[in-house]
Amino acid sequence: MADIVISDLSKMYGGKRVLDRVAMHIVDGEFIAVLGPSGCGKTTLLRLLAGFETPDEGTIQLGGRVVSSREANVPPEKRNIGIVFQNYALWPHMSVADNVGYALKIAGVNSQERLQRSREALSVVGMENLAERAPSDLSGGQRQRVALARCLAAKPSVMLLDEPLANLDVHLRAAMENEFVRFHRHTGATMVYITHDQSEAMALADRIAVIDRGRLVQFDRPRDLYREPQSEMVARFIGNGQVLPVRDVRPEAEAAIVSIFGKDHRVRARRSEQVRSSAKLSVHTSAMRLAQPGDDGFAGKVERVIYRGNHSQVDFIATADPALQLTLHAPADVAIPADDTIQVCIRDGWVIPAAA
Amino acid sequence: MALIAMEGIQERRRLPALLPKAEWMVLGLLVIFVAGLSFAPLLRLAIAAIAPAGVIDFGHVAELLWKKKVLTASTNTLVVAVLSTMLAMVLGTIAAALTVLTDMRFKTAWVFAFVLPLMIPPQVTALAWVQAFSPSSPVLGLLGLSLHDGGRHPLYSPGGIILLLGFYHAPLVFLTVRAALRRLPAELVEAARAAGATSWTLIFTIIMPLARAGLFAGAALAFVSSISNFGIQAMLGIPARYPTLITLIYQQMNSYGPSALADMAVLALLLSTLTIVGVAISGWLGQRNDVRVDGIGRSLEIRLGRWRPVVEAASWLFIVLTMALPLSALVATSLVTGFGQELSWKTLTLVNYANALVHQASIRNAFLTSLLLTSVTVVILMAVSLFMAYFIVWKRGPLVRMLHLFSELAYALPGIILAVAMILFFLKPLPVLGFSIYGTVWIILAAYLSSFLALALRPVLSGFAQVDRAMEEAAQVAGAGFLARMRDVVIPLVAPAAVAGGVMVFMSALNEIQVSILLVSSNARTIGPMVVFLEEGGSSTLAAAVGCLMIAAVLILMLVATRFSRHLPKGVIPWQN
Repeated sequence: MADIVISDLSKMYGGKRVLDRVAMHIVDGEFIAVLGPSGCGKTTLLRLLAGFETPDEGTIQLGGRVVSSREANVPPEKRNIGIVFQNYALWPHMSVADNVGYALKIAGVNSQERLQRSREALSVVGMENLAERAPSDLSGGQRQRVALARCLAAKPSVMLLDEPLANLDVHLRAAMENEFVRFHRHTGATMVYITHDQSEAMALADRIAVIDRGRLVQFDRPRDLYREPQSEMVARFIGNGQVLPVRDVRPEAEAAIVSIFGKDHRVRARRSEQVRSSAKLSVHTSAMRLAQPGDDGFAGKVERVIYRGNHSQVDFIATADPALQLTLHAPADVAIPADDTIQVCIRDGWVIPAAA
Repeated sequence: MALIAMEGIQERRRLPALLPKAEWMVLGLLVIFVAGLSFAPLLRLAIAAIAPAGVIDFGHVAELLWKKKVLTASTNTLVVAVLSTMLAMVLGTIAAALTVLTDMRFKTAWVFAFVLPLMIPPQVTALAWVQAFSPSSPVLGLLGLSLHDGGRHPLYSPGGIILLLGFYHAPLVFLTVRAALRRLPAELVEAARAAGATSWTLIFTIIMPLARAGLFAGAALAFVSSISNFGIQAMLGIPARYPTLITLIYQQMNSYGPSALADMAVLALLLSTLTIVGVAISGWLGQRNDVRVDGIGRSLEIRLGRWRPVVEAASWLFIVLTMALPLSALVATSLVTGFGQELSWKTLTLVNYANALVHQASIRNAFLTSLLLTSVTVVILMAVSLFMAYFIVWKRGPLVRMLHLFSELAYALPGIILAVAMILFFLKPLPVLGFSIYGTVWIILAAYLSSFLALALRPVLSGFAQVDRAMEEAAQVAGAGFLARMRDVVIPLVAPAAVAGGVMVFMSALNEIQVSILLVSSNARTIGPMVVFLEEGGSSTLAAAVGCLMIAAVLILMLVATRFSRHLPKGVIPWQN
């Protein structure tokens, strides 16, 4: 069992709190993405999980055992974790097979079994033919696969992946994403995947932990993050979300009537939503459209129209609030001149809960 | 209650300490190494100087420093060091400008020839010059020139010392200025060009001001090295009766032995102060111009045009005059039986070499002792520097910084100061063992380990800086403990740099004179001071043969290092263009 329980974890660097009372419970076998803008503290979280850093407050439990606390820290070599580093960190003076078999060699596994298990691990990532190569002879994607195999051969209870796709070409990323999913299914290991790329996180993870300025702001399934963001930051960060000011929130069962620039719309809201005079509404681009005759929309002034092939991207400002920049997708065959005034209606939205 | 307490203890025991045990033990050994060989002896020296009787006594210090002998020696030291540094700055800057900024041809060969003197032990250089410009010089004779017989040798003078020290340390300035010039951003140069500056205006208004930091860094090195260059100061200054601090300490120690130690400690402290002040002044002059530049500056190439053959001829003439001429005199002297004898097929003999290597037991033993001491030093320092660099680059912390500082200090201070400190510290019998290592080879070994640690460390530090820390972390998560990680991952990756450091230490320690001149005794002689002893004893031809053998050893080592150079971090080998 490799549940990870993180309680009130804080880490300071030079008086600055880079990680601020983070708490999360990762279930054995889960694939978790830790998502956040660069400098948000996600790499610090990974280094704490690995044991390279000691927390200033809080604890980390691995399989029911405290491994990190202010008082004591189980060193990385005693944690039975695996890491896939951003730049792979393959040892250049060892062959691919030696790289993969190193953890077994340290564990005292005899050379016959070591060879066998290294080959097995390499075959999982389709690299068994390149076992005798030097890492310097491999391409970026191949190195990534070797790094995965090296991690796999050690049979760790937890695998940490530090932005493993950041150094790869765009076309290789999609292939490697599939590889990770297959790999996770094959091994059943608990995986913690650090990334700043939300589409990567959405594609891979069972649950995503969004971190902002050292705090865990939301830890949910991708679908819930997208549809029900709990804060404005998450609403904007996930799926190019847009945030509109709304007034007169009147809850109904799991929904609410809100006034968007004076026009009432029915949107989703949490069950416990209260009557409020103002709120923020999370709206995705796909939920906004040009008003059809008979629709009750709000007015916007077109700033720019970009032809995107299957649709036109329309950037506009709300007439009622000129500081509010919004974007919708219109059918590509509809001609919209710039500076034109359009009517926009909202098909779906989510009332962001009031900050606790 | 008891149950809860028990549980607490068990919980504790399950959690290992913050730093694993092996790491603590290695760090502890490093602390003992640096504290015992650098920190404690230097502290002992400072105490002996300031508080010889256990209480701080500045009166005694002032009285000693006010003596005419000491005042003269201090003044002489400053005159020699400042003027020779200026000479080195001029020569080194010209050389760097020529090789980096112009389209001079055969740069690689010229750089090698220009930097080579730095690798030759200074006492051998001095000997070569003395022989080349003596009235009975074999080389001047061949050229049909001769100096007046009688009268003093022209190099036995302050001017001679300044000239030789200047030539000897010009490569130091050359190396730092060259590095600064190479870092110059091409954009700055192009901007000035666009503003209409010609090549020469460019050099004096843009390039040289920007290279100032490099120039003064080199000047600091040249100053420190001049102050502590025992070989040249002793070979020329003692016959010239022109005492400097370093030769004064040597002569006093020779005449009075350990009884002069307390006073010598004061002089050593004075010499250290001069060194530190000199470095501080250069640092201050060179500051404000930290031009940190990213990217590879495309090199500027000033066309010399029709002046090119002239410049090239002049630069090679310089090499001939300052290196080829003295060295050929040395070789010529080593091949005849009596100094001043003309070298011909008839007089040519290898008897000096036979004497040096085979017949004269004291010289033969000195060679063997040096070889052995140097080998042991290299092996120990390579191991120490690998672990120390690990802590300095990857672990940091105040304790580690102190270790680094004291290793650098022991290297930067004149070797003779370290020798005085070593004698003071090791004169009394060692605790537990009950005997003193003073007068044995062990005190020389201790001094070498202290003095050359920084030299071994530097390439390893740059080696570590080039290795991604994730390499070690990857081994750590694979379950490898500290020593296994070092063995399997870290050391294989930085080993080439450690070898480079080892070669540098080997070259420096093999012919070393500054540290060992005070530490050698009848039963523990090294080869470095042998040249001085032989020349003092009037055996010029034998001294020349020993000098030639020392140069040959250096050349072989340079060749070996060059062979390895493509496995090394860039900039580790100084003589490569």
